[in-house]
Amino acid sequence: MKEEKSFEELMDDLENIAEELESDKLNLDDSMKKFEEGMKISKLCNEKLESAEKKITILLEKNGEIEEENFDVGV
Amino acid sequence: MKIEPISVSDLNKYIKDRVAEDEYLNNVFVKGEISNFKHHYTGHMYFTLKDDKSLIKCIMFKSYTATLNFTPKDGMKVNVFGTVSVFERDGVYQIYCKAMQEDGVGDLYAAYNALKEKLEKEGLFDETHKKKIPLMPKVIGVLTSQTGSVIRDIINVSTRRNKNVYIRLFPVPVQGEGAGDKIARAIKIMNDKKLADVLILARGGGSLEDLWPFNEEVVARAIYDSEIPIISAVGHETDFSISDFVSDLRAPTPSAAAELAVADVEDLKDRIKLYEKRYRTLLSRKLDLMKMRYEKCMKSKAFTDPKRKIQDEYLKLEDLLGKIENTISDKVNKSKMRYVELISKLDALSPLKTLKRGYCISEIDGKVIKSAHDLKENMEIDLKYLDGTKKAKVL
Repeated sequence: MKEEKSFEELMDDLENIAEELESDKLNLDDSMKKFEEGMKISKLCNEKLESAEKKITILLEKNGEIEEENFDVGV
Repeated sequence: MKIEPISVSDLNKYIKDRVAEDEYLNNVFVKGEISNFKHHYTGHMYFTLKDDKSLIKCIMFKSYTATLNFTPKDGMKVNVFGTVSVFERDGVYQIYCKAMQEDGVGDLYAAYNALKEKLEKEGLFDETHKKKIPLMPKVIGVLTSQTGSVIRDIINVSTRRNKNVYIRLFPVPVQGEGAGDKIARAIKIMNDKKLADVLILARGGGSLEDLWPFNEEVVARAIYDSEIPIISAVGHETDFSISDFVSDLRAPTPSAAAELAVADVEDLKDRIKLYEKRYRTLLSRKLDLMKMRYEKCMKSKAFTDPKRKIQDEYLKLEDLLGKIENTISDKVNKSKMRYVELISKLDALSPLKTLKRGYCISEIDGKVIKSAHDLKENMEIDLKYLDGTKKAKVL
């Protein structure tokens, strides 16, 4: 199983694809493929940005174990 | 004898003058603990300085407070330099402070500098060892006090930049005895249990003594050993702690640390949208280019009138064939003419023609006799006529 790419790596991929599309080296077929790949990555990035859920927690030590509880500072 | 009383004002004036005459009271250097501290809106500072048995009122005018390199507050041990004088109206004496320093600060500075130099030599501040802060960390670990404005500021800034941020606070004491050990331990636990993708080590402003845990060797080493990148935000912008030097990134304030740790999601979304737009533009440009090339091809004669090309070639071929034919017939004609010419020449030269006119050819042994001297008496010769040959004898 391939290790999940970091957000930086995905952003780098987006830039690289843009540069490849900008160059004249690709034929139409490859351009289409790159275009689709780029759109897929941008979708993945957006999903990564959307998927997280807000959590503010506090870690407390109880009997030598770390426990996580919601933290409310009354912001 | 009657004693005339003097006024209160006179008495206070007298005391004030006596105090003012005392050279020692004009330049006192006093140590004590600040209490009842008030920073008046006029900029002047009012407080009392005390030890376990006694206290004295102090005032520091605005013009002198500007030189302070720390913010005085209750409980702080300080040395003040100033003049003792009497405030006549209230009949109180107080110290008019001209300068103030944190007590023991000299020792702390020396320790700070010694440790800084030692760790720097060991390479704990090396740029090459510094880790990159991830662009989009899943969990932001925060090591600070669970009360106070620091954690609130960090949460505020973080949620503003990413409404779905995940923050894990590991509460640690940020001042006092043992705080350094607890901070170092917290860093280790966060690492061992992989509880965060980036760590913010934060504390609000304070005296050098307050910030001291962040200048402790145990904290510096824990930061250096951390696998998780650490952003250090200790004190105000002008304060530099050793943790700032060892950490992977230094933030001037806790809020700034949150900005460095948490990506602005809307900003990232805009960047991604821009890429999508760029892709579309690039692809449609490529398609346009292809279309143009195609149209140019289709416009060429080969596609618009393919027969015409064949006809053109056919005509060319016919033309060539004609030329070849001409050349050949030319050659034939020339040969014919030459033949006729030669025949007529041959005809003119033919001896038969001469014989026709009544001449005959004399031969001897098949050879034409060309001279009378060749003939001898009784020689038999042949006389050739057009219609036959007769023998003759020379007389």
